[in-house]
Amino acid sequence: MRAVVTVVGKDKTGIIAKVSSFLAERCVNILDISQTILQEYFAMIMLVDLSDAEIQLSSLAEECARLGSEIGMSIHVQHEEIFNAMHKI
Amino acid sequence: MFNYGEVLETINMVEKEHLDIRTVTMGISLLPCISGTAEKTAEKVYDTVCKKAENIVKVTSELSREYGIPIVNKRVSVTPAALICAPFANQSYLIGKALDNAAKELGIDFLGGYSALVHKGMSDYEKQFILSIPEVLADTERLCSSVNVGSSKSGINMDAVCLMGKIIKKTAEKTADRDGFGCAKLVVFCNAVEDNPFMAGAFHGIGESGTVINVGVSGPGVVQHAIESIPDANLSELAEMIKRTAFKITRAGQLIAREAAKRLGAEFGIVDLSLAPTPARGDSVAQILEDMGLESVGTHGSTACLAMLNDAVKKGGVMASSRVGGLSGAFIPVSEDIGMIEAAERGTLCIDKLEAMTAVCSVGLDMVAIPGDVSASTISAIIADEAAIGMINNKTTAVRIIPAPNKKVGDSVNFGGLLGRAPLMPVHNESAEKFISRGGLIPAPIHSNKN
Repeated sequence: MRAVVTVVGKDKTGIIAKVSSFLAERCVNILDISQTILQEYFAMIMLVDLSDAEIQLSSLAEECARLGSEIGMSIHVQHEEIFNAMHKI
Repeated sequence: MFNYGEVLETINMVEKEHLDIRTVTMGISLLPCISGTAEKTAEKVYDTVCKKAENIVKVTSELSREYGIPIVNKRVSVTPAALICAPFANQSYLIGKALDNAAKELGIDFLGGYSALVHKGMSDYEKQFILSIPEVLADTERLCSSVNVGSSKSGINMDAVCLMGKIIKKTAEKTADRDGFGCAKLVVFCNAVEDNPFMAGAFHGIGESGTVINVGVSGPGVVQHAIESIPDANLSELAEMIKRTAFKITRAGQLIAREAAKRLGAEFGIVDLSLAPTPARGDSVAQILEDMGLESVGTHGSTACLAMLNDAVKKGGVMASSRVGGLSGAFIPVSEDIGMIEAAERGTLCIDKLEAMTAVCSVGLDMVAIPGDVSASTISAIIADEAAIGMINNKTTAVRIIPAPNKKVGDSVNFGGLLGRAPLMPVHNESAEKFISRGGLIPAPIHSNKN
């Protein structure tokens, strides 16, 4: 199963390192990653694969939200299909 | 890979614009529950509902977390109970209690289907069932009731309309300690639909299969935000923007509906495209109309704005979903929409204008509070007017009206939560008693003869 991880917040050092190692610890494989700075705000979108993960998508979403509040970022994890459904015909 | 705009748009819709799936409703057929006695039937009804819907809360909260979209309500609709109670209509309340207990056991806020379909005629057992409604609604918490009194094909059953005026009054009196709250759970329909997922009017039609998942999407806030983003657009451009937005909202709903049906072992029924407001600011259909350029909803131009909104929502939604059904339009419940509440308090929005607006959108006079001393025949006349609009225009119309006991114009009732609060609206004082007491059937319109 694939999911989209979105990280948004004020830019600072080490955000990608923290998020990617957090995912690696849970055997969540990063397939694609795209990051930019939008009006001083850090914005990153990752496409991840949970096939080998030991964690359910819903739990990963909760844990990532918690990590987000710890590091002062907003982190969402959502099933890939929601974006396919809403933005592709 | 997705682009930033698309991903962030979805997240903004949820976080800032109140995008949500308003309801995942499981329709359950109760026909196999009919047994020899009322007690036995009630037991089977309770067991069937509890068994079929046992995972509805668990599955919807899982889906909500996985897809990152809130699912506000989980509900159940059942076969119109008048059919189940036919052999023992004088004990209908036993079935009502069983349904209410099942809703409590499941942890859902409303269960719909304490309903009767009497649009062409009302047999004795149906009348007896309808007479039980006030007591049952007063004695239960989560059970919702509806009665269909007319259709484009059959006309309007004015005996039933007359009876429902009295039933509404009695329901209000029985729940007088809660400002007539029972009436918030009672809908009188013309052209009721069999797959409506929204309360209080949901029931599981007899043309439906055994267990079905119907989903109601929402998103007045999302549409409002889209309109705000192009303040100087002309109306054709606005209509296009609404269509595109409705498309996205509906796609989210369809995805959740299919997945929920799969996980709950039910058939995917329909997606209902209705724009359903909540009392939260920024989640209002009235505010959409005001953003289109009205100083206040209820003023001249409201009907035209609403007609365009309703049509654009349908066009976007129909393209997005393979199975559209339910009520599918914009809802304008007074107490559940902050813009409508404020317009009613200002006096800009009156019942007559609301009635005109219901001709161009779903569903009808919804969550309208009126003084408690309004007569039953006047309430029946209000129902007859709405039913006539539905019958002639081949659309669903409904009346959910609360004659708040011991209250007058200037007062308001507060039901809390999603049901919100409603200022009492004035009605005309001149009587329609003679017209209502005539009874009989208003014949079906000429254009119903299509065969």
